[in-house]
Amino acid sequence: MEFKDKQAIYLQIADYLCEQILLGKWPPGERIPSVRDLAGMLEVNPNTVMRTYDFLQNKEIIYNKRGIGYSADENALAKILAYRKERFLEIEMPEVFRTLHILNISMEELGVRYEKFIAEHFPVIK
Amino acid sequence: MIHLDRVSFGYSKQKLLFEDLSMELLPGHIYGLLGKNGAGKSSLLRNMVGLLFPLAGTIKVAGFEPRKRFPAFLQDVFFIPEEIYLPSVTIEKYLQMLAPFYPKFDEHQFREHISEMDLPKNNKLTGMSFGQKKKFLIAFALAANTRVLIMDEPTNGLDIPSKSQFRKLVSCALNKDRLILISTHQVRDLDNLIDSIIILEDSRILLKHSLDVVTERLCFGTLSTIAYDDRVIYSEPSLRGYKAVFENSGHEESRVDLEQLFNAVMENPDRIQKIFNY
Repeated sequence: MEFKDKQAIYLQIADYLCEQILLGKWPPGERIPSVRDLAGMLEVNPNTVMRTYDFLQNKEIIYNKRGIGYSADENALAKILAYRKERFLEIEMPEVFRTLHILNISMEELGVRYEKFIAEHFPVIK
Repeated sequence: MIHLDRVSFGYSKQKLLFEDLSMELLPGHIYGLLGKNGAGKSSLLRNMVGLLFPLAGTIKVAGFEPRKRFPAFLQDVFFIPEEIYLPSVTIEKYLQMLAPFYPKFDEHQFREHISEMDLPKNNKLTGMSFGQKKKFLIAFALAANTRVLIMDEPTNGLDIPSKSQFRKLVSCALNKDRLILISTHQVRDLDNLIDSIIILEDSRILLKHSLDVVTERLCFGTLSTIAYDDRVIYSEPSLRGYKAVFENSGHEESRVDLEQLFNAVMENPDRIQKIFNY
């Protein structure tokens, strides 16, 4: 896994796990890798991975069953979307706004481009 | 697990390498020890394992004073020095001779490490390259399962894939009863592996904290301008402005850049000490 420069590692690992859950790699109730296995795989300190798991547990995206390990929550998908949306609005959106302002791109132009992008990349299947 | 109480050490009494050093290292962590050349990192490690003796103060490691070299201490501590000497025997012979000194030695684990590290099985240890010798000793040290594992520049001489294997093995080797202490100049090799940092300079400890605390108090990132910004502790020009270390005024969580942290501590030790309020 390639880590980005800016963001705290435990959050990057959280993003990775969330993405894998969204992609259906670990369906709700099925065991996700243990702290030690994931630490070895990503070559990071197990305490960092532990922090990720605590973080996702607080967000109720994963839960811990004593003696068995961690699994994705029944409602993990909805919770991940909510968490990702919150992060996007708080962190990524301001960056985009800043660039829009600097480059003097109007909301109208943005709207047109957004519609076009969605039509191209996510066409509605009839 | 490692306890230093007002420890002083020097190769002559007139010129002390470090003075009045106190610190406490806990199990369940991987500590990274950083310092410039000649700051006394290796000497500090050697004091901890009983290869050198403090001039004043006391050291306790796993409940023992290292300088007394009790067998119960020696079987629970493993030290890999920067320059290693291995006898002219095969891996098997070495195992036979030395593994019995470590009650928790796990032979199965050792053989797994050896095959993961791609080491020739039948060669004599003296016939191996420097990097291979080092990998062999790292495999042996990890399998010895001592409560304390201290490594001086372990990634020196390792090739690119071996460095990645090293991080894998060490991250898997940590458990809540074990303490791992690594000194290094190759901070990039240890990125994401250590959870706490110790910076030794000018005969004292300038910083000793978990990286979680470091990111609470400091931010690592790029600023477009540094003029009139009194939060900035260290900066260097970069393509998109200035790569900087600055006081964390909000609750931003950035990724620690060990190199920049080290430079910030070297450049502005007093300010760092104030921020971490010693």
